[in-house]
Amino acid sequence: MHCWFFTSQVFKSLPGKALVGNSRNFHCIKPLLQSTRHRPLVETITTLRQNLIKSLGRDSVSDTEAIRKQHSRDEGVERHNHLADLVVWPKSTEECSIIASLCSEKKVPMIPFGTGTGLESGVCAAYGGVSVDMSKMDQIVNFNPEDFDVTVQPGVTRKGLNHFLKDHGLWFPVDPGADASLCGMTATSASGTNAVRYGTMRENVLNVEVVLADGRVLHTAGENRRSKKSSAGLNLTNLFVGSEGSLGFITKATLKIYGIPEMMLSAVCAFTTIKAAVDTCVQILQSNIPIARIELMDDVAMDMCNNHNKLDYKVAPTLFLEFHGSEDSVKSQAKFAGEIADYNGGSEFRWAYESEERNRLWKARHDIYWTTLQSNPGCRAIITDVCVPITRLPDLITQTKADIQESGIIGPCLGHVGDGNFHTFLVFNPNKPEEFKKAETLAARMTKRALDLNGTCTGEHGIGIGKMNYLEKEMGPVGIEMMKSIKKTLDPHWLMNPGKIFLSEY
Amino acid sequence: MSLRILVGCKRVIDYAVKIRVKPDKSGVITEGVKHSMNPFDEIAIEEAVRMKEKKIAKEIVAFSCGPTQCQETLRTALAMGADRGIHVEVSGPEYETLQPLHISKMLAKLAKDEQIDLIIVGKQAIDDDCNQTAQMTAALLDWPQATSASKIEAKDGSLQVVREIDGGLETIKVKLPSVVSADLRLNEPRYATLPNIMKAKKKPIKKLAPKDLGVDVSPRIQVVTVEEPPVRQAGAKVENVDAVVEKLKALGHA
Repeated sequence: MHCWFFTSQVFKSLPGKALVGNSRNFHCIKPLLQSTRHRPLVETITTLRQNLIKSLGRDSVSDTEAIRKQHSRDEGVERHNHLADLVVWPKSTEECSIIASLCSEKKVPMIPFGTGTGLESGVCAAYGGVSVDMSKMDQIVNFNPEDFDVTVQPGVTRKGLNHFLKDHGLWFPVDPGADASLCGMTATSASGTNAVRYGTMRENVLNVEVVLADGRVLHTAGENRRSKKSSAGLNLTNLFVGSEGSLGFITKATLKIYGIPEMMLSAVCAFTTIKAAVDTCVQILQSNIPIARIELMDDVAMDMCNNHNKLDYKVAPTLFLEFHGSEDSVKSQAKFAGEIADYNGGSEFRWAYESEERNRLWKARHDIYWTTLQSNPGCRAIITDVCVPITRLPDLITQTKADIQESGIIGPCLGHVGDGNFHTFLVFNPNKPEEFKKAETLAARMTKRALDLNGTCTGEHGIGIGKMNYLEKEMGPVGIEMMKSIKKTLDPHWLMNPGKIFLSEY
Repeated sequence: MSLRILVGCKRVIDYAVKIRVKPDKSGVITEGVKHSMNPFDEIAIEEAVRMKEKKIAKEIVAFSCGPTQCQETLRTALAMGADRGIHVEVSGPEYETLQPLHISKMLAKLAKDEQIDLIIVGKQAIDDDCNQTAQMTAALLDWPQATSASKIEAKDGSLQVVREIDGGLETIKVKLPSVVSADLRLNEPRYATLPNIMKAKKKPIKKLAPKDLGVDVSPRIQVVTVEEPPVRQAGAKVENVDAVVEKLKALGHA
């Protein structure tokens, strides 16, 4: 088995476009990418570029450095400074198919690009190639309000869809922090604050149209099919949900939509310890209260939140809750939850019915990543995403918090405790490699703990590059073999988003 | 207090749509394009509904003027909590040249016919950005006006309104009946929910013609031409400052 130790020295000497000299530090996964892959040759890219321009038009192809840079990074930690060689903008499934055929012919890697709001370097061009920006395919192609389904192209974002749906009294509840592309969310099996009641992308995608690496178009549940359930054949739809661009380009997604709840009531409650907060969450769920959102922010996060958003919450572990339903049901759910919180020593209840109050509350929660970065200017953060069975959560969070406090790293703990999923943002100064190392070690220890507690290393962000180390331990050798087997069937030359998910091709 | 509130709801092209000019330059393309209620009017409806929830208002009448599709706009208002709708039907070329003055005359007449205590409209429409209807309506009725409202409080038979003005915030007191125009920060409108959309189908919408209100909608203006802004040209790089000056001189800028 070949082992290539990829450092910036090696890449500088390979043929291909020169890397940009850059003062930013990159936190490369050191010798983990085991592959015999090279970047595409300059001549190959030049020819490919001509062919793409001939088929798509000059406006749909770019090799400008600034554009390539924009498409080679996302919102997470910068893992390397490799750029895509070209960026293209297909305007239709047919154009996407042409791009796939042309790139496959020349054995050039292809990376689907949605909104670039991922957190695990999923769109980064580890081996160069073509970044396929799907944003020009921005239509809502099939809307059936009375059937509660809608089909969207990759350029449609979740906020864009919700704006379209609101006059019909409908919404799509999966809400990761960013205003992400819905097809991108399909690719990462995204989740959000509403998952505890409405599920994640896994439960809400009915059908996916995919352009495979060789250009063939696949409809995972059959073309235009949108039944709410089916037992027909193998479940290809869920194969692509969470595939992170490794199996094909998602060019359409058919989504399940829901009626906007009659009433939404949000509440905030502070606790003296994290354990009390998490215990409250576990007990609320075990009481079968159909809570819509239950989110935790620890004292570190609350402090940053107060300073950044000019709020005056108590600086203590806090639960943010939301109840959906008719007026009566919401009030009785809230009352019961309030009693449980009280039993665990909760205090400082605040309630909000009105739209602007609730939005302010949840904006503070959704923006916490940005708040963390802005509260520590110049710093970046490793984002963890562990998810365990709910009863294991109190111990996991308490141990993790103790670990973080001991290390001296700033690391707010927060997240979707209702799903057993929480995030930490482990802040480090890019100019201090020892801080990065500490943060990485914390993340590794936390993930190991989560895996030991029957959990997963990533509840919703995906593996990308950031979590490649953990997938083998999580799945076991047979699982990994199976995944690679499927990958090789759909993408025999390993051209779709190479360098992600799997540590090696073999 | 138990006010009867009249709210103006204009049907406009949805703010998220990319506007295209018709090839014959006579206007913008509206055929097959998503329309929705003017966002400022949604804020106006929301404020009226909140006043009804606080028992300050007893009835909310939603008004819209335009083609048949305005009924959809009114249904949204009804789903948000308005009690009944009034649709003044105007279509075709007369609709293209409809002006705030026409609307103001209609609102003024309706205010008298329906015994309205308070008129709330959005401060401006996102298609014409006129910001005139509230003011003209108040003038026609000789009622006090409180425009660009960001907070409304009802107190002892009058309204205390905080207005957003260039210099900051101004608080004024207006006696009722009055005309108020809603600004962005007045509130965040609720979403219409499915049960309310269903219920709204049963609420009445009265249809009128402009002449029923004694308003003449024949055009007062003529649209000469509508054009898109010029397409952005590519920039050019030059080697040094002298070359920049040369270029500027050649283009007549220096």
